[in-house]
Amino acid sequence: MIRAHVLCCGGTGCTSSGSLKIQEAFVREIEKQGLAEEVKVVQTGCFGLCALGPVVILYPDGTFYSRVEESDVAEIVSEHLLKGRPVERLVYNDVSEGQEVTEVHSSLNDTTFYKSQYRLALRNCGVINPENIEEYIAMDGYAALGKVLTEMTPDEVIQTILDSGLRGRGGGGFPTGLKWKFASGNRGNVKKYVACNADEGDPGAFMDRSILEGDPHALIEAMAIAAYAIGADEGYVYVRAEYPIAVNRLQIAIDQAKEYGLLGNDIFGTGFNFDLSIRLGAGAFVCGEETALMTSIEGNRGEPRPRPPFPAVKGLFAQPTVLNNVETYANIPQIILKGAEWFNTIGTEKSKGTKVFALGGKIKNTGLVEVPMGTTLRHIIEEIGGGIPNGKKFKAAQTGGPSGGCIPAHLIDTPIDYDNLMAIGSMMGSGGLIVMDEDTCMVDIARFFLDFTVDESCGKCTPCRVGTKRLLELLDKIISGNGELEDLDRMEELCNYIKSASLCGLGQTAPNPVLSTLKYFRDEYVAHIVDKKCPAGVCKSLLQFKIDADKCIGCGKCAKQCPADAITRTDYIAPGHKLASFAIDTTKCVKCGACMSGCKFGAISKS
Amino acid sequence: MKSLAELAAIREKMKDKVVLREGTNDTRIVVGMATCGIAAGARPVLNAFVEGVNREGLAGSVTVSQTGCIGICQYEPVVEVFQPGKEKVTYVKMTAEKAEKVIADHIKGGKVVEEYTYNTAVNA
Repeated sequence: MIRAHVLCCGGTGCTSSGSLKIQEAFVREIEKQGLAEEVKVVQTGCFGLCALGPVVILYPDGTFYSRVEESDVAEIVSEHLLKGRPVERLVYNDVSEGQEVTEVHSSLNDTTFYKSQYRLALRNCGVINPENIEEYIAMDGYAALGKVLTEMTPDEVIQTILDSGLRGRGGGGFPTGLKWKFASGNRGNVKKYVACNADEGDPGAFMDRSILEGDPHALIEAMAIAAYAIGADEGYVYVRAEYPIAVNRLQIAIDQAKEYGLLGNDIFGTGFNFDLSIRLGAGAFVCGEETALMTSIEGNRGEPRPRPPFPAVKGLFAQPTVLNNVETYANIPQIILKGAEWFNTIGTEKSKGTKVFALGGKIKNTGLVEVPMGTTLRHIIEEIGGGIPNGKKFKAAQTGGPSGGCIPAHLIDTPIDYDNLMAIGSMMGSGGLIVMDEDTCMVDIARFFLDFTVDESCGKCTPCRVGTKRLLELLDKIISGNGELEDLDRMEELCNYIKSASLCGLGQTAPNPVLSTLKYFRDEYVAHIVDKKCPAGVCKSLLQFKIDADKCIGCGKCAKQCPADAITRTDYIAPGHKLASFAIDTTKCVKCGACMSGCKFGAISKS
Repeated sequence: MKSLAELAAIREKMKDKVVLREGTNDTRIVVGMATCGIAAGARPVLNAFVEGVNREGLAGSVTVSQTGCIGICQYEPVVEVFQPGKEKVTYVKMTAEKAEKVIADHIKGGKVVEEYTYNTAVNA
């Protein structure tokens, strides 16, 4: 009889930090200590606290072990599983460094990281074994599909989704129910498709991957519901080949659903047929754009086409198609089971439900968090995210990845929803949230994102192909110290052209990082241009390293470390010192900073 | 899958197997499993509770868990029962047979088995 479960995270983050070995070690050790009949080891999807991986949770206590190593496993088994004493040194606690640990959290639900989250799309991630359909069924899985097929008409399903106020989680925030409604005409007479956008391309966002890895059946169930609602019988999931674990688990889930008759013909004996298959993307950012994605599924080069016609009218293989993102789908079964009114109680007036954010950058708890819409940025960063490490100051956060914009510190109390983000010049995007501290140069950040879009522009339309390239050149000019104030106006003008004239979302949103940094951090651009200085000390061309001759004791360590032979001894001996000091030849200096990090006497500074 | 009944059957069959992870249980049965407890025979007691709770279909509302030494080693195996709004009940010198009676009378029936409690043992 099983009395305890050991849940090992099998998400991509923990897998790369060795969770599979940990899992094997648990199986081995439990066998060795004679507990195999009492304790079960389960591989799950992502728990969200990726920074602390590999993560292991022990139930029924809900004890949260972080950064587990293979050598710890024997101790956890003999101490906790056999004797019931949690191994406290490995139990996660959310006390900041330096503070004293007053109590050890026995359960993960007590930690600040989880306490104020509302896990709806991620509800099964880290709880069930994604490779076992029966565990999903135990969590009310496929009950929503059963309900719509036996109790609801397709129009009632669409009305429920409309009433729920669910909006697309992939970026644009278009009402999901409306999309379905547009595609719902002429059921039974026209071939239709449902498709899922799992081509998560924003650098730093990985919620879709986590859902595919942790709860793939939720996606399958939701797509079947969408197919019933619009009158489709075939579906495609477009997922990037760079997500091998996600692809593998989704394929296992599809095979199991077919085996259980939850995909295929005559589902639940209602005559409803639905088949689902996976299409792999090669990782081009533009294929996350819906028309490019569908072109790619059709087997052509992934390039966008003008809209209208919208996919709901003319989509895959020129037939009406509903295309939603993974996270959007993950909400559907819950809405069907609990009702539109329940969903309406979560979130803000125009943005209902929750949103998953991928926290990254200068933040303590890197990982996935799911919060109700309308949660403030401050709450996410300071409470759930655990704040900025090393006592640095919060400077800005980038939402929406390369298509979004930055939110400066004075707007940290903005409740996050689609419309508020739009109003301050950013966007929800897929939910990447990159936190920046005082050591981040905003010009450099704008350049980083633009460099990405220049690389990823498919080249079909000129404003995006040439426009972003010219914009990048202007940024490079400023960063290298050759900028002129007029360049700022030129950049703004160019940004507006690119926005209004590009063919698809990639180009239309590409200037956002530049525009929002220009809006909120114009002084930094000016500092680069007029003072030829990078206030954050990031842009190398504008940096100068200097040795304070009076502090230099003449040990010569810096000169040895300098890869460019730019440091030589002078003939000046500072008062009280025995050896002559060193100096940097700025014409030879490559600004690597090796001298500064090597100097024990703090004699070298940069400005 | 040809019917909703089939789905419901799988759900019922699996529910007990994942309910362990929900952590919303009302009653907690905690078995002392320190060295003293194990030496005195706590393992069969723990197993008896786990089996009994599952057999009686109580897994949705009852958690069986372990703890370390609570300091009354001469009374081991010690079992504590926590229920919301009620005082903690401590059973001492437990055996697998006594565990069955605790499940039947106390957990299911709501009546504390006074003769096995710590209070009875110290006052005897």
